[in-house]
Amino acid sequence: MKSAVVVLPGLNRDRDMIAALTKISGKVPVTVWQTDTEIPDVDLVVIPGGFSYGDYLRCGAIAARMPVMRAVAEKAEKGVQVIGVCNGFQILVEAGMLPGALMRNDHLKFVCREVKLRVENANTSFTRNYAPGQIIRAPVAHHDGNYFADPETLARIEGEGRVLFRYAENTNPNGSINDIAGIVNDRGNVLGLMPHPENLIEAAHGGSDGRPLFESALGIAAPQPEPA
Amino acid sequence: MIKARVTVTLKNGVLDPQGKAIEHALDGLGFAGVGSVRQGKVFDIEIDNADRAKAEADLKAMCDRLLANTVIENYTVAID
Repeated sequence: MKSAVVVLPGLNRDRDMIAALTKISGKVPVTVWQTDTEIPDVDLVVIPGGFSYGDYLRCGAIAARMPVMRAVAEKAEKGVQVIGVCNGFQILVEAGMLPGALMRNDHLKFVCREVKLRVENANTSFTRNYAPGQIIRAPVAHHDGNYFADPETLARIEGEGRVLFRYAENTNPNGSINDIAGIVNDRGNVLGLMPHPENLIEAAHGGSDGRPLFESALGIAAPQPEPA
Repeated sequence: MIKARVTVTLKNGVLDPQGKAIEHALDGLGFAGVGSVRQGKVFDIEIDNADRAKAEADLKAMCDRLLANTVIENYTVAID
């Protein structure tokens, strides 16, 4: 399975994402730049985290209007999977590819810590290697991760099982409505989440709870436990 | 040339933690009776065009497409 990573000025998690995708898929992802109007033939496009365009105007607002995002939208329309992590999630909502908005954290401080997530829906192409309701560890690092949607939109995404990850065990780090940490679009092929699963994929990271997300998206079967 | 001021504010019902923090700070400075503070953004824009109607339409399009996130924000356009 082939992947692509979108690189924009001001992102700073692109190398972590490229390293994670390389380790997990065995192939180095292609990188696409802000002015690229076409993305090569891939199965997964990832927009990593950081501070694209200095977070000027609103987080992700300027990136969302760059030519490369039209190419990302075209891929998504063709059914290609798209993941936006942190700033990538902010870019996807600003681009209108995911509903709602990501606002300043309710306590107004940057948060950099580990949280717990509950896998709310394990019946998606992004979460099939997790168990339903599984609690996983995940690092977060953001200033604007406070998810907001109007009541009608919120009821729709909740009702349609489109909240894939929710902050669990009272670890909501930003005031997100309904403890929402990650959502998908109506078609289920565009995922945005604030936590950084790419930073928890191997023993050297101190855990690998983020790995099944990428293995799910890349169609890699979960490793079977050794028979007792 | 046309000079315009675009004001972007959070919609009613959208929590504004920055406004709340400012409200508390004003209270701390001893300004009694500040009921609430909502903060927003102001853009002063100059347009090299004498056609007011076109400028107004362009400014509205700028707000819809970039200056405001209409999921959470309202905007007003005032032309000098």
